[in-house]
Amino acid sequence: MNATPAATAQNAAVDELRSTASQVRRDIVRMVHACQSGHPGGSLGCTDFLVALYFQVMRHDPANFTMDGIGEDLFFLSNGHISPVFYSVLARSGYFPTAELNTFRKLDSRLQGHPTTHEGLPGVRMASGSLGQGLSVGLGAALAKKLNGDPSLIFTLHGDGELQEGQIWEAAMAAAAKKADNLIATVDWNGRQIDGDVDQVMPLGDLRAKWSAFGWEVLEMDGNDMGAVLHGLNDAISRTGKGKPVMILMRTEMGRGVDFMEGSHKWHGIAPSDEQLQAALKQLPETLGDY
Amino acid sequence: MTSYPVLDKKDTRSGFGEGLLEAAKLDDRVVALCADLTGSLKMDAFAQEFPERFFQVGVAEANMMGMAAGMTVGGKIPFTGTFANFSTGRVYDQIRQSIAYAGKNVKICASHAGLTLGEDGATHQILEDIGLMRMLPGMAVIVPADFNQTKQATMAIAEHEGPVYLRFGRPKWPVFIPADMPFEIGKAQVLSPGKDVSLIACGHLVWNALQAAAALEQQGISAEVINMHTIKPLDQGAVLSSVGKTGCVVTCEEHNRHGGLGDAVAQVLALHHPAPQEIVAVNDSFGESGTPDQLLKKYGLDTPDIVAAAQRAIRRK
Repeated sequence: MNATPAATAQNAAVDELRSTASQVRRDIVRMVHACQSGHPGGSLGCTDFLVALYFQVMRHDPANFTMDGIGEDLFFLSNGHISPVFYSVLARSGYFPTAELNTFRKLDSRLQGHPTTHEGLPGVRMASGSLGQGLSVGLGAALAKKLNGDPSLIFTLHGDGELQEGQIWEAAMAAAAKKADNLIATVDWNGRQIDGDVDQVMPLGDLRAKWSAFGWEVLEMDGNDMGAVLHGLNDAISRTGKGKPVMILMRTEMGRGVDFMEGSHKWHGIAPSDEQLQAALKQLPETLGDY
Repeated sequence: MTSYPVLDKKDTRSGFGEGLLEAAKLDDRVVALCADLTGSLKMDAFAQEFPERFFQVGVAEANMMGMAAGMTVGGKIPFTGTFANFSTGRVYDQIRQSIAYAGKNVKICASHAGLTLGEDGATHQILEDIGLMRMLPGMAVIVPADFNQTKQATMAIAEHEGPVYLRFGRPKWPVFIPADMPFEIGKAQVLSPGKDVSLIACGHLVWNALQAAAALEQQGISAEVINMHTIKPLDQGAVLSSVGKTGCVVTCEEHNRHGGLGDAVAQVLALHHPAPQEIVAVNDSFGESGTPDQLLKKYGLDTPDIVAAAQRAIRRK
């Protein structure tokens, strides 16, 4: 049986996004290697999600960045330590020159260790790094959109360990109470945090039940299968505008794409050696040209 | 000395409430958030007049600060309202990262500051907030003297681009600043000129400083009274020009002696014009329950304490 034209187009889109994701993963390991610091694990795990968001799903205008982003979908990174993937995706989608990725975590750079508006980097609308604050920020931005009569959406991303912060649950309660149905939050549910597995450090319990009980529309998706990510994000968007904020519980593998970084929390925040960089790059085809 | 008749007795928080309403009428970007203290912060009138621009957030101050920061993305000018303790110490990291470091145009409006909160006691009588806020880069810190000035300051901060901490209080207090006296952020007011000692005060204690100056005048001492309503950016020129003339200074504030107006003035003097300074402030302790008057007396912030400090400062010249 032949595929329908729509399915063929969808497959082509998925292939192109996968190809972009491979380049972004190269950027991540090269950036972290170059300054011998940073957080490759969560960055690699969230690459497919952020590539789908910035290259396919969000309506945004990288060439004409404004802080207010009126009429655009906006993204807030709450788990700011995965800045390498954020910076790569911003640069690759046109917010600033990819050559600037060379400056990551170096003196006088706009690419600080954790993202900030302080140096005026286009694409960044909030400082993050101290965890637990981004859902409140996303909620505020979502309510501002409603006041402005702006029908576009707010996306946020959080670590699963970050859900241990109390402010997240303050925001969870408030978002439902304020009927912020233009807000789509995503949790990077990789089950790992700095000190070990989330289940060992501080178990989160039944996340789906918790977010549902807080009044959110909840869906789950595989965050490392590009087709599933696109499907999940479109599903989430279809659930907006119905009186409830939307939560995507996104299953990912920390370190995804580099075999020796997968399966452990150890690559949360360390940099690869020269040999490890070469081993990683062999697994990640250069598709768009290295910066 | 210049005399300031008592026009009325009103709480500074009511000045905030009126100023917020006026600011909202003038600029539709003004929105307000409150953490379950709408009545205490006198935000009811705003909430009634602009229900769609008022956000009740419940007892969740950290989330309130984050929401306010987020609302600036989209062009809003958010005013947050809760007690001074919950506006600062409780949410310091949220303010530091999401508001100050991110450079967001949020107005943090804090009531029930200092000892004059009274009977609720030390848990609520924050005496460290000026210090906490003035340490944050880019944060303006404003402590108006009375009802009229709090109203003016509230309207002024709506027009000021950048994060602001506005500190005011609970008790009914003399209203003595004429409603038409110009208010400018960062510009101190010489309320009464003098030549022997400078009394530099903020907040409720500006009134006490004026009373102290009157008492000193009876003793043949000419005190210059300066209302330093903006602690940051500090009006350095006003400090230097006054102390250059008088040769000594007393700072007066309803705050711990560490971190507040006294420290700010001392830094200016140490760097540019070393001169004797006495600090009327709480002596590195927590407060306790009592009436505002009892507390000001017990903790050494009352008018006679300012008079005695002025005499000490003059002796040290």
